[in-house]
Amino acid sequence: MIRAEHISKSFAGRRVLTDISAIFEPGKTNLIIGKSGSGKTVFLKCLVGLLDVDEGEIYYNDVPFTRLDFRGKKELRKQMGMLFQGSALFDSMTVEENVRFPLDMFSGMSHQEKIDRVNFCLDRVNIVDSNRLFPSELSGGMKKRVAIARAIVLKPKFLFCDEPNSGLDPKTSIVIDELIREITSELRMTTIVNTHDMNSVMENGEKIIFIEEGEKCWEGNRNEILKSDCSKLNDFVFANSLARQLKDSSGQ
Amino acid sequence: MFRFLSGLGSYCMLLGKVFARPEKHSIYYRQTMKELVTLGLRSIGIVTIISFFMGAVITLQTAYNTENPIYPTYLIGLGARDSILLEFSSTIVALILAGKVGSNIASEIGTMRVTEQIDALELMGVNSASYIILPKVVATVIFNPFLTLISIITGIAGGWIVGTSAGVITSQDYIYGIQYAFIPYYITYALIKTVIFAFIISTISAYQGYNVEGGSLEVGRASTKAVVYSSVTLLLFNVILTQLLLS
Repeated sequence: MIRAEHISKSFAGRRVLTDISAIFEPGKTNLIIGKSGSGKTVFLKCLVGLLDVDEGEIYYNDVPFTRLDFRGKKELRKQMGMLFQGSALFDSMTVEENVRFPLDMFSGMSHQEKIDRVNFCLDRVNIVDSNRLFPSELSGGMKKRVAIARAIVLKPKFLFCDEPNSGLDPKTSIVIDELIREITSELRMTTIVNTHDMNSVMENGEKIIFIEEGEKCWEGNRNEILKSDCSKLNDFVFANSLARQLKDSSGQ
Repeated sequence: MFRFLSGLGSYCMLLGKVFARPEKHSIYYRQTMKELVTLGLRSIGIVTIISFFMGAVITLQTAYNTENPIYPTYLIGLGARDSILLEFSSTIVALILAGKVGSNIASEIGTMRVTEQIDALELMGVNSASYIILPKVVATVIFNPFLTLISIITGIAGGWIVGTSAGVITSQDYIYGIQYAFIPYYITYALIKTVIFAFIISTISAYQGYNVEGGSLEVGRASTKAVVYSSVTLLLFNVILTQLLLS
């Protein structure tokens, strides 16, 4: 479980996050939703410690992450996996080397054990016969799947996904969403996904936090989101005409 | 002034992270081998070509500027040798490498920064500064002295080939000149300068790349800054080292 308490963050005097508190539960896909520029990515980066918070505390299973020193954070990070918006695969490494990298760095496995684990993870994300390819030779969807494989290779307890569907077609987006949901439940991870994709929200939204202009405006799940009376959330959820028509027709 | 001091401070802090104890020596060793190929072996071509022609030009210019019966012709070989040893093969080659290797380091690390690869390393619990920068620094500091030696040999050979072909000096005089009053310490001097220049080029370029913020445009700017700042620092240290080592 991850608990964020009263998180605030500013950049050069401009407040980006204001007093956000939230609890992210294990075995669930927790979503952070909001418009572009609402502060979702900053919040996620604060949660993983890539940005320091100005105020507030973050707890990982009751361990006060924000108060840990460099070494303590480094140790805790070995239990984290992250899928970045642009996949962040290492250009100079092949698919296999990318996925094997955390094992090379932190495991005492033999070479064969590492290869077996890499192949298992690649199989799990449906990447076959691509071990020798470089990231530049992969499609956007394949890159994301390889990045997921790399994120889960050390069997993390916490998985973070920043806009996993950005730049993908709707069908591939669904595949990635399903993958994240299945892996979360298999490994009983605490998964946090940043998204503004409504498909993901309706598919994966076991717990949803809506952020608007750096403030948490709403919290609930996918069943509650359509019935919410939060006007800012409704503006976001029913931004496109198709969603509005659906809402109107269901209302009639 | 404040900006300069602040930059110097963050450069020193970055070096502190770079020289922290490596997480896994075998991986660092492998990375260093890769960098030796990328930054070292792949620079041999340009160093050889430039050194050959510079050696040739130095010989021809020395010959045309000493057309006086009072001066013995072997002085052309001596002049070429000392120019190459003292300044050309260490400083000029370092300036050329600041362009080639420096921009390569800054743009590679800058691209890793803007594509979140550095964030990915940090999130895995890897000391990204050490993992990315240390092998580059070690590779350049180890390999650049070899490049200097290659440059010295090709420069002197270029002077000999072109000087004798152009008829400005006989082969015997040139060889006598390059042996005449030879001070072996000049080679040590050139190699000491090379090691320090290699450190300056690799660390300043890495600093520029590591601190890129923004997109591809900023990566380009960082690459240019890396070349300019490392060249200027290198020239400044050239003066300091010359005074310290030759006085």
